Amino acid sequence: MTYGKGLLQGLRVTLKNLTRRSVTAHYPDVEPDLPARSRGVIALQEENCTSCMLCARECPSWCITIDSHKETIPATTEGGRDRSQNVLDTFDIDYSLCMYCSICIEVCPFDALHWSPEFAYAEGDIADLTHDMNRLREWMWTVPAPQALDPGAEPSKELSSWEAKAAQEEAE
Amino acid sequence: MADVIDAVLRCLVVLGVFMVVPLVIGQMEHKAMAHMQSRVGPMEAGGFHGWAQLVADGVKFVQKESITPVAADRRVFELAPAVALAPYLVALLAIPLGPFFGQGNLIGQDLDLGLFFVLAAMSVGVLGTLMGGLGSGNKYSYIGGMRVAAQLMSYELPMVLAAASVAMAAGSLSLIRIADAWEPWWLLAQLPGMVVFFVAGLAELQRPPFDAPLADAELVMGPLTEYGGMRFAMFLLAEYAGILVLAALTTVLFLGGWAGPFSDDIGWLWTLVKVMAVAFLVIWARVAYPRLREDQVNSLAWKVLVPVALAQVTLTTVLVVA
Repeated sequence: MTYGKGLLQGLRVTLKNLTRRSVTAHYPDVEPDLPARSRGVIALQEENCTSCMLCARECPSWCITIDSHKETIPATTEGGRDRSQNVLDTFDIDYSLCMYCSICIEVCPFDALHWSPEFAYAEGDIADLTHDMNRLREWMWTVPAPQALDPGAEPSKELSSWEAKAAQEEAE
Repeated sequence: MADVIDAVLRCLVVLGVFMVVPLVIGQMEHKAMAHMQSRVGPMEAGGFHGWAQLVADGVKFVQKESITPVAADRRVFELAPAVALAPYLVALLAIPLGPFFGQGNLIGQDLDLGLFFVLAAMSVGVLGTLMGGLGSGNKYSYIGGMRVAAQLMSYELPMVLAAASVAMAAGSLSLIRIADAWEPWWLLAQLPGMVVFFVAGLAELQRPPFDAPLADAELVMGPLTEYGGMRFAMFLLAEYAGILVLAALTTVLFLGGWAGPFSDDIGWLWTLVKVMAVAFLVIWARVAYPRLREDQVNSLAWKVLVPVALAQVTLTTVLVVA
């Protein structure tokens, strides 16, 4: 009786699907439920950026453009040495080239770049897909808070050292 | 004068059924097939669950350009959609819907040879596809047309044999008298005949899993390859009208037509319910089964359906004589 079995199975599977809810995501009506670390768009925390150019150099598709100039910070004490600091002029990411590989974010030494799960930034003109510094800074507000630590995990070294320092200052 | 008004009224009702029910079946196919595949189907057109999708499709088809290929046999090519569609309308004229609130049987025209007439009309409908295949001047269309011809030859026989079995049991070719003579135990005695009739009907309509003539993976769209716009829409409408005719015939012949509680008043409703149930089966078969290969199509007809149909005829003969 293997001949009719497949026929019945076909009917059974389709009928079972008919009684279940469909798996369709109703996207424009319902926002998708994305995983916490979705690669939607790259956000720039401009204050953290030192214009070190690591991201622009590592980018496999050459989609990051950085321009900066040096500014001198006068010495705060008499006879001290002037300090110089890099100030960002341009930070563009061309999303028509970006391949969402995440290398720039991995390589950034000062956590200036972050993934945001926002994905709806299609444009009618390809030139508008190049997001400048200000637009990249705006994406920062959509970056989710870091994942909570596992229960019982050690707190990060930065946090514990900062807390120790604060406690010390309190005591003084 | 009253006769003329009566005739015109009946024709208008049949035309209305012909224009509306196939669309309902089409919409049911959209939605039922989608949900059987864990999708939702059309959701936008008309607002509520895409109820107006087929209307939107119709508007789209009307806007399209009507193209006749240079290599096509112009007359045949342009006539084919009409030949495919019109016979189903004619067939529908002779199919009874059942008693309508004690007003007698709802039917276009009761014919003594109703069954014969309807089956003949259904076969003519298939010729439309054949004409499209041979007249398109396209190799894919041509192969599809040959497959249509082969399929028509194979499945006409079991279909007519199965129908003959019921006609023999009822002792009439009139569809009204067949449905009136129907008794519940026929469901069992005529079951093989019903299955054969339904499967052969599917094949005659070239519905999946018997859509080897269309077989989009190998023949583009078979005989319909060169069609677009309104002509293509007519072929599509013919497909759904064909489902309606097949479902109505299966209902009247094998499921007792309007048999059911209060059938003197709402018999027509019972017929419609059964027709929709059979149409659902047609859709279900499409979703559940993969397409048969061309040789499988023909061997199924000759090695399975014809013997079963012959056995059914023999059984019915014994039952009638005994």
